[in-house]
Amino acid sequence: MKPPLYPIEVHDLTVSYQRKPVLYGVDVEIEEGSLVGVIGPNGAGKSTLIKAIMNMVRPNGGFVKIFGKSPKAGTKHIGYVPQRESVDWDFPVTVMDVVLMGRYGHLGWLGRLSKADRKMAHECLEKVDMLPYSNRQIGNLSGGQQQRVFLARALAQESSIYLMDEPFAGVDAVTEKAIVSILKSMQQDGKTLVIVHHDLATAKEYFGHLLLLNMRKIAYGPIQQVFTEELLQTTYGGRLTVFSEMASQAAKQPEIEKEKSLPV
Amino acid sequence: MLLLALLCLWLPSLDARQVEMPEEQNFWDQAARFFLLQDISVQIVVLGSTLIGISCGLIGSYVVTRKLSLFGDTLSHAVLPGIAVGFLWAGSKDNLALLIGATGAGFLGVSSLTFLQKYTRVRQDSALGIVLSGFYAVGICLLTRIQKMELGNQSGLDSFLFGQASALSVEDLWGIGGTLLVISLFILVAYKKLLVTGFDLSFSRSIGIPADGLQYVLWLLLAFCVITSLQIVGVILASALLIIPAVTASLLVKRMNTYLLVSAILGAGAGLGGSFLSFLGKGLPTGPLIVLVSAGIFLSVLCFRPRKGIATQWFFSRKNSLRIQRENTLKAIYQVLEKNNFKNQTIPTQALRSKRGINMVECEFEIQQLVQAELATKGSPGPSPALPGQSILSLTPRGWEYACKIVRNHRLWELYLTNEAKYAPDHVHEDAEKIEHVLGEDTIRQLERILSNPKKDPHGKLIPSLTDMELGGIPKT
Repeated sequence: MKPPLYPIEVHDLTVSYQRKPVLYGVDVEIEEGSLVGVIGPNGAGKSTLIKAIMNMVRPNGGFVKIFGKSPKAGTKHIGYVPQRESVDWDFPVTVMDVVLMGRYGHLGWLGRLSKADRKMAHECLEKVDMLPYSNRQIGNLSGGQQQRVFLARALAQESSIYLMDEPFAGVDAVTEKAIVSILKSMQQDGKTLVIVHHDLATAKEYFGHLLLLNMRKIAYGPIQQVFTEELLQTTYGGRLTVFSEMASQAAKQPEIEKEKSLPV
Repeated sequence: MLLLALLCLWLPSLDARQVEMPEEQNFWDQAARFFLLQDISVQIVVLGSTLIGISCGLIGSYVVTRKLSLFGDTLSHAVLPGIAVGFLWAGSKDNLALLIGATGAGFLGVSSLTFLQKYTRVRQDSALGIVLSGFYAVGICLLTRIQKMELGNQSGLDSFLFGQASALSVEDLWGIGGTLLVISLFILVAYKKLLVTGFDLSFSRSIGIPADGLQYVLWLLLAFCVITSLQIVGVILASALLIIPAVTASLLVKRMNTYLLVSAILGAGAGLGGSFLSFLGKGLPTGPLIVLVSAGIFLSVLCFRPRKGIATQWFFSRKNSLRIQRENTLKAIYQVLEKNNFKNQTIPTQALRSKRGINMVECEFEIQQLVQAELATKGSPGPSPALPGQSILSLTPRGWEYACKIVRNHRLWELYLTNEAKYAPDHVHEDAEKIEHVLGEDTIRQLERILSNPKKDPHGKLIPSLTDMELGGIPKT
């Protein structure tokens, strides 16, 4: 029988920044149409995982597959929403310009935006309640409004997979609720969504699946199975200090095969 | 510093006036000669400066929006050794050799920067400073060496240091025009891609835009732009052409396409203006004048742009503070009248002065403001003209209505604070002093409704009613 084709398959993924390992042997298979929250303490490698899936950082070991293909070929299926702070909000673009950027992936060199593209951007802005602001310069928006614009741009991409890096950071409660309901309706349209999140309290009601991450994959599965006291304790507790120390040391020894040197 | 520069501009013109006093027409003759482009040398300089202004304005827009201003500066200094090497290689001032040398040096400079940032912990600003001064020092050494050689004397290479527009040749012009053409084509083709990489680099990578490649092309064009502008403005001022028009544009527009347009126009304007000024004031260098014109435009935009300009805002805040002062004077007059239970129609200015706690000059100014606005009239108490400070004041019907309105605002707000916001009565006065000037008609109607048309404020004073206001004067009881 043919194995099922996962939108995102991460196998034994190891990533390090300047010889300091950030992710270590992570395995995850995400099924189509799931709404996954990635949870873990600061520095657990949540953003790094997203970037590795997006082919923005080179893994030291293991691989990522998008619908069975290499990430290089697969990224065009993915809509990526970076952290809000990663962007220059003084840049001379309007809200509409930003949302239209979501359509750029569908254009070629010399490609022009069609009427359909503009109509689409219009609708996406409407979905996030930002239509009245379409002519505003992006610097004149509040944090929550900026995040909505990002979401509208993602919607305009019409991808089948979405990766979002902390979409709830610095956002007011009303916007947070609005974003969640949009995410859920995207899920109902069959999209696969992976969301980096760091508020445990709300994770339970927002997501269908959880990936608990702290350098290692602690657990992945439906929320009822994974959201347990014990697993959360492992994720946020300090039990892995020895592990991370040893991993750093091992990383400093260039000749050692990292995966084999550490029994886990 | 800028004043000094302006002084430099003025001095020669004063001289000229002293020497050629009778010829008042001189300026217009000169201007006509300039704008009709009668001299071939003028043609070259004007065309060159304007085209370079446009190129630098366009590329500068990308330099500034990507926060690479210092980078442009570094690059312009870094090409100097390349120019010297190109000269040594060709043995003469051969444009192609200089261009190749300069491009190579620029590339080397950029690579050194990238290396320092990627593999060391040197911070970016420090790295820029090191590369800038290091390359510049090498360039100066080589240039000095060339000057001492046989063919060096007439090399004209020193024009690259400070720029010398008059040395511009027709071939240089071709280079300048070609650069502009390439830059324009590149922007036309890659406009959207440049937009998205500039705004959100990681997103642009995620949709498969070759961000690094675009960045390299941009750097290359930046290098071309700098190299071609060296002839006119020199190594040290080259980055000014890139930065100033673009920053000026950033004050005025909110979209990238208009940004590019405005920046290009400002660049062209500075080029044209600078070469015109240097044509007028003989012996003044074109390059620095272009930069000065550019800086002048920047300053005036900074001050006078709509809404956010420094002078514009000052003007509005001044207007506002005058209004608030007028309203306070009116209120004081009302309070004096009220203290006498409205028995008199007039008050002595003395009373206003002590009520407001101001000196005589200030008081006269405030009264004058009211009289000018036809809110009050000034008279003398007896048949003889009043001595200073002895005059009496009465409100015009409009002034009375205005005064009632302010007092009403004040007392309604006080009442609102005590009744609805549960302030203590001795805490409300200062707040109301500020709010009374900003309460609009609608808010007042709302307050009246909430407080159900009150008669008295928390201190027991009567709130002027609408009928009081409509009487157009003190009720004659």
